[in-house]
Amino acid sequence: MHNPKSLDTLVGLFVIIGIGALFFIGMKVSNLASYSNNDGYTITARFENSGGLKVRSPVSVAGVRIGRVTAIDFDNENYESVVQMQIEPQYNTLPDDSSASIFTAGLLGEQYIGLQTGASDEFLTHNSEIEITQSAIVLEEIIGQFLFSEKEN
Amino acid sequence: MITFLSAIGHSVIANLTKTGRGTLFLKQTLSCTFSVLCHPRLIIKQLFSVGVLTILIITISGLFVGMVLGLQGYYILSDFGAEETLGVMIAASLVRELGPVVSALLFAGRAGSSLTAEIGLMKATEQLSGMEMMAVDPIQRIICPRFLAGCLSMPLLAAIFSMVGILGGQLVGVTLLGVDEGAFWSQMQSSIDFYDDILNGVIKSLVFGFVVTWISLFEGYDAIPTSEGVSRATTRTVVYSSFAILGMDFILTALMFGDI
Repeated sequence: MHNPKSLDTLVGLFVIIGIGALFFIGMKVSNLASYSNNDGYTITARFENSGGLKVRSPVSVAGVRIGRVTAIDFDNENYESVVQMQIEPQYNTLPDDSSASIFTAGLLGEQYIGLQTGASDEFLTHNSEIEITQSAIVLEEIIGQFLFSEKEN
Repeated sequence: MITFLSAIGHSVIANLTKTGRGTLFLKQTLSCTFSVLCHPRLIIKQLFSVGVLTILIITISGLFVGMVLGLQGYYILSDFGAEETLGVMIAASLVRELGPVVSALLFAGRAGSSLTAEIGLMKATEQLSGMEMMAVDPIQRIICPRFLAGCLSMPLLAAIFSMVGILGGQLVGVTLLGVDEGAFWSQMQSSIDFYDDILNGVIKSLVFGFVVTWISLFEGYDAIPTSEGVSRATTRTVVYSSFAILGMDFILTALMFGDI
């Protein structure tokens, strides 16, 4: 019914479309395109409360994503959360007195780390630590405080 | 009472021997893999009948599944003012579950049943025993190329299904209902992980392709060589494949995504 030539062509087309679909899903749908290879440098920050921050949450400065959270650990001695983040290598001029805060994208969105740049001439390097941090805002605590202060008034 | 017991025993023994025959059949098929890979023409021909001819049904169903997901998701998400996450919902459900599962069900109905009918009819018309008479191994010549073609084409078909579904969801969500296009794609990209979501979906579809092709080839090979036997075998292929797909999907999902 089909001569061998056109059969080959159709099978080739099928395989190419299939692999193309996989490629499309990988590039356009998933975060594969924004996967940075492991170069870049790691900095840490300590937070009293890291809230709903997750591994792979974005780290941004001025609204631009410059890296990702790579690990969140608990410090047994100081009872703090130690957040490790990897910054892409081209952003290597962050002042070392920058501060880190945990923000929420929108009211119910995911949480991310926002860095506010400082004024120092020294830059953050590999394994350096951000000293000034501001914890995540936990909605329940704020509501609790609000209700409490209402009662006192 | 005795007849009841013996009926149970008979069905258990019959099922066990069938499972055993199926496993031996799989072993024989797999042992031919290398010699068949040296003759890629056989596989290409089967890729055409198993894969290429299934594209149409996969594409159309994928498009409609994606469009329905877009509509339903929009109505639910707009209650929460979260229309922008429509892309995430569509992509996650397609890539993780619907893509592999629905395309495997369609594959079992379209390609699996035709494989069973073909092999069963070959057996009924004694073509398989004719081959054996000519010292041609039917497993190597007939079964194994079809098996490899089924295993190869299933992940590709699932990928096509997911892609078309996401595009269909975009058509409804972005073009018709007016979700912001940038948010649709960027939220999708930030939430779908390549290894956790997409690779696991591909693994699922590989497993489904393996199981469905195995079941359909074995049912055809093991069919009673009459017209009634072939028709029963075809029915069994579709029923067993669907059970196997849905059951294994639960197990694979629990292993991949659950914390069990």
